[in-house]
Amino acid sequence: MNTAIIILFNIFLGIGVLVLTTMSLAVIYGFMRIINLAHGEFMMLGAYSVWFSTSLGVNIWIAILIIAPLVVAIIGVIIERTIIRFLYGRIIDTMLATWGVSLLLIGTVTALFGNHVRGLSTPLGSFSIGDYGVSYYSLALVVISFVALFGLWAVFRFTRFGLIVRATMLRPEMAAALGINRDRVYVMTFALGAGLAGLAGGVIAPLAGVFPSMGMVYIIKAFIAVLIGGPAAITGITIASSLLAPVSVVGSFLASSVVGEIALLTLAIVLIRLLPMGITGRWPRLSL
Amino acid sequence: MSSTRITRRNVLKYGAMLGTALAAPALIQGRALGADPIKVGFITDLTGPIGASGQAAKPGLEFAVKRINENGGLLGRPLEIIAYDAQSNIQLYTQYAQQLVMRDNVDIIFGATSSSAREAIRPIFTRQNKLYFYNGAYEGGVCDRNTFCFGTTPGQTMRRLVPHAVEKWGKKVYVLGADYNYGQITAKWMTKYATDAGAEILGSDFFPLDVADFSSTIARIQGAQPDLILEVLVGSNHLGFYRQWEAAGLKNSIPIAAAAFGVSSELLNLDTSTTEGILTSFGFYDTVETETSQDFVDAMRQELPDSVEVTEVGTSHYEAVTAWAKAVELAGTLDRDSLIDALESGLSIDGPTGRVTIDPQTHHTVRSIYLGQAKGGKWDILDSYADQPPVDTAMVCDLQANPDTNTQFVIDI
Repeated sequence: MNTAIIILFNIFLGIGVLVLTTMSLAVIYGFMRIINLAHGEFMMLGAYSVWFSTSLGVNIWIAILIIAPLVVAIIGVIIERTIIRFLYGRIIDTMLATWGVSLLLIGTVTALFGNHVRGLSTPLGSFSIGDYGVSYYSLALVVISFVALFGLWAVFRFTRFGLIVRATMLRPEMAAALGINRDRVYVMTFALGAGLAGLAGGVIAPLAGVFPSMGMVYIIKAFIAVLIGGPAAITGITIASSLLAPVSVVGSFLASSVVGEIALLTLAIVLIRLLPMGITGRWPRLSL
Repeated sequence: MSSTRITRRNVLKYGAMLGTALAAPALIQGRALGADPIKVGFITDLTGPIGASGQAAKPGLEFAVKRINENGGLLGRPLEIIAYDAQSNIQLYTQYAQQLVMRDNVDIIFGATSSSAREAIRPIFTRQNKLYFYNGAYEGGVCDRNTFCFGTTPGQTMRRLVPHAVEKWGKKVYVLGADYNYGQITAKWMTKYATDAGAEILGSDFFPLDVADFSSTIARIQGAQPDLILEVLVGSNHLGFYRQWEAAGLKNSIPIAAAAFGVSSELLNLDTSTTEGILTSFGFYDTVETETSQDFVDAMRQELPDSVEVTEVGTSHYEAVTAWAKAVELAGTLDRDSLIDALESGLSIDGPTGRVTIDPQTHHTVRSIYLGQAKGGKWDILDSYADQPPVDTAMVCDLQANPDTNTQFVIDI
């Protein structure tokens, strides 16, 4: 019984981590069609913001929930204005450019802070389910990621900003003809996406540790989730994460991490083969 | 055949050629007898993912060379280091190894961090008859007359660590390891020594180096309820395990004995609450007390950045250079075969780690092994064992009987 509860909890944790690390791509790739290979490094910058500000005495929750997204959103604005804005509609070029940005960010952070793993102690304590100890922080992670996902969906679904963004991404010329400042919409959307990556990095930092190349672990799975999700990015990543995470968690629990990874990748290949346009591409009514 | 007649012209021609040929050794030697330095080649990773390890190695090598130069050099010649940073990139290793041998024409080579890097460059030096010293702690098994290994192997460290941990904490063991050569082989030795000590292995898990999420594994371990964890986790991603372990509240209920914890200055960079109590075994810690250990640590501290610990890789580079220098003085030459004979003569030095003797059969070292436990961000030395032989490599390698062996054995346990 306790084992079932712990597996269920780990499945939610797996979905939470996947959703959290993918939301930024859902915005930047899903809406803006930019292949952001610097996604992992945006997360890394969020993690460093948390490490740096807590070492200056800032409360860790303020650092994770406010400072990390804010810092990375500002860096996102700078990168959008200097590099990305010249590349809209040139999807392959964005890949090359953001890869360069990724290398630049890793190099800069290594030069500034060194190549070492910086530790942040995990806040909150732990509780037990039968014989199993579980950290409250994992629980917090699940809650934060679901709140953020719901918030993101609500912004795009219900607010005027969300409507304008969706319209601009769909028909930029038409949106411009209706008097919408296209550049401003682009930069704000990119900043939103970058901020979400910053949040993800900040939340992950106390669990994974902070080092320059930490983002690389997450980027592949994030892209897989977005691709499987298909054109309706937010619904897409939610469904994709809910399919991929349980397979990987159950595989790791019953056999080993390697089997878990293999199971996840096999499922990804099968899904892409059966639904090349992604899950939401097959059923377009699942919009957004 | 009689077409070469003795004429005035021919006599002059051949005479001039003969004269040049006879004078050549004298000309070359004339250059050598000056202050022409002995070139010491060094390749390691100073940057990239495993750069921290090379950064800890370099001052050890430099300190040894500096000491030798202050005492008048070797054979009346000063030493000069020619160093390359391979940037954690195996391709650069082979490229720089070729450069050291072909272009720089060095007399001796030290270096390489990972086993994969060593296996990439070792054949280059063997082919060119350039003596090579590998000084990283590694999984054991290298058997090559041209190569000497100064790092510790599991047959030295795990042989002491595992029985100590089992006796201290209990007989139910869970094994975790990094899923590649070093992790798999070291975990096998852990399993062997644990079973020899009467322990039972409840389970073992291996992780690719890019795994950073250990929640499923932590749940599995709790399901198995071991008395202790024996682990050989490697690299930055795997460090997440210690934090997630602490966060799940297991830090104080299930203790950890580790093979590779401490090689990347973990105690200086992680919270003491995360590291406290982890038990390890190495050839050196910065808190080891021998005659020269603290002088060595002080000298290293001046060169190293604050975030880099003085570890085994520093002392083994220092000791490798010192042992090579002693062999050169014994042999009185830089000739490779004479040097190997001198190194195989039971040569022994006193280094910061204690007495280090070269084992002629395996070209590994018989050296002191220490047990260290993390305590308040420092290594507390629990025990020390002098003159520990490389029992793992010795099972498969005998260079006295088979000097032509040139391979890394995977030892069947």
